[in-house]
Amino acid sequence: MKFKFGIKEVVAIGIGTALFVALTEVQIPLGFIPNTALQPRAALLAFMSALFGPIVGGAIGLIGHALGDFMFYGSIWWSWVIPDAVFGIAVGLFASKFAINEGGFDTKKIVLFNVVQVLANIVAWVVCAPVLDILIYAEPANKVFAQGIWACIGNVIISGILGSLLGVGYSAIRGKSSGLKKED
Amino acid sequence: MSSRVLSYEEKETWIHDLSGVSKLIFFLLWSITAMLSYDTRILLIMIVGSLIIYKMSKTEWRQVGTVFKFILFFLTVNLIAIFFFSPYQGTLIYGTKTVICHLFGNYDVTKEQLFYELNVMMKYLTVVPSVFMFITTTNPSEFAASLNKIGVSYKAGYALALTLRYIPDVQDDFKKIKNAQEARGIDMSGKATFRKRIKNVTAIIFPLVFSSMDRIDVIANAMELRGFGKNKKRTWYSARPLKAGDYGVIIFAVVFCTIALFITFKDGSRFYNPFN
Repeated sequence: MKFKFGIKEVVAIGIGTALFVALTEVQIPLGFIPNTALQPRAALLAFMSALFGPIVGGAIGLIGHALGDFMFYGSIWWSWVIPDAVFGIAVGLFASKFAINEGGFDTKKIVLFNVVQVLANIVAWVVCAPVLDILIYAEPANKVFAQGIWACIGNVIISGILGSLLGVGYSAIRGKSSGLKKED
Repeated sequence: MSSRVLSYEEKETWIHDLSGVSKLIFFLLWSITAMLSYDTRILLIMIVGSLIIYKMSKTEWRQVGTVFKFILFFLTVNLIAIFFFSPYQGTLIYGTKTVICHLFGNYDVTKEQLFYELNVMMKYLTVVPSVFMFITTTNPSEFAASLNKIGVSYKAGYALALTLRYIPDVQDDFKKIKNAQEARGIDMSGKATFRKRIKNVTAIIFPLVFSSMDRIDVIANAMELRGFGKNKKRTWYSARPLKAGDYGVIIFAVVFCTIALFITFKDGSRFYNPFN
């Protein structure tokens, strides 16, 4: 598989990351569990990765999370930045399968997107994040795994709902006009 | 909304005059060292160093105060969480157990645990002032330009420049869309039910994401028309060459961090153990 890195990808990283950073502040409190919130930016990352591929997805996850942490919280928690990049790359690897840009994001593709999304979330938040937390910050294992599992569940929910909706919506707009395909 | 975010402000200090690259290298080495080292003596020296740099960068409290309070809040929550999840992490690390007082159930307050959590706190506080320094003294466009100077592909540099350029615009869009939706009667407060809340956020994010998609097309077309990516190199409007001060800062950072890590790992463990 070949992944191109042209002008559009450069701009997609730029604007996508800006969106990701801006959405850092937007959180949906779960309500029934205190101090937990769904992060719509995770859905945005899933959507952008599924649309533009692994390079754009990984870059948005990495730069976006680092920059967002940096500007809103003043410190970068590297062990949680890298999993976001991992997630973006993992979902992006299947970008051509989803065919969002060609207007073909149908039920089968939506199921595939969600399977990929759930697996990528598990790899990123239940495996990567806690292990890095332990390696870098030497934090207690049961604490970081509990945090990782919560983050994973939250991101699976929001990516599943909002991410799929974004994919369907965008695919519908695209579908009208894209009978033509650009050759590489 | 944007008032809460850390941002660049122009001032006349030698730190502002440094190139973005040397500040980035310093910042990265500094935070990697703080991340790796659990040596209390090193962390103490680094905190003092950070504070001196912070002072010299003439950063004011109004620029960073809100964010700093935020950090303190998270730090406190984290420290408490560590204690409740693992009250004997300190004993595990330092190998001894000195009980100060008994709390309840399985929870004792030990000297080792307090010392360990003190180290965790210091690791945070070491990095914070240097983050503030970096953000408030580095001009974003100059930074992107200088990244290219040290060998980062100019496409990557340009993507970063675009990000920094468009964050305020996207935030503006977000605010406009939010106000418009609220005017239409969509409740954004915590009073709505969970299902409703997701729906309401969707009502904002959809227009925001789709208008950004249009924006990507417009910018990409404009860049294509101007021949972006045609040549292997490009020039930058705000590039700044490295000066003697920059080399000084980079050399200082490398030397300091090497020594710090050497002292940390000299006795075979990254923890400094005062209990033996």
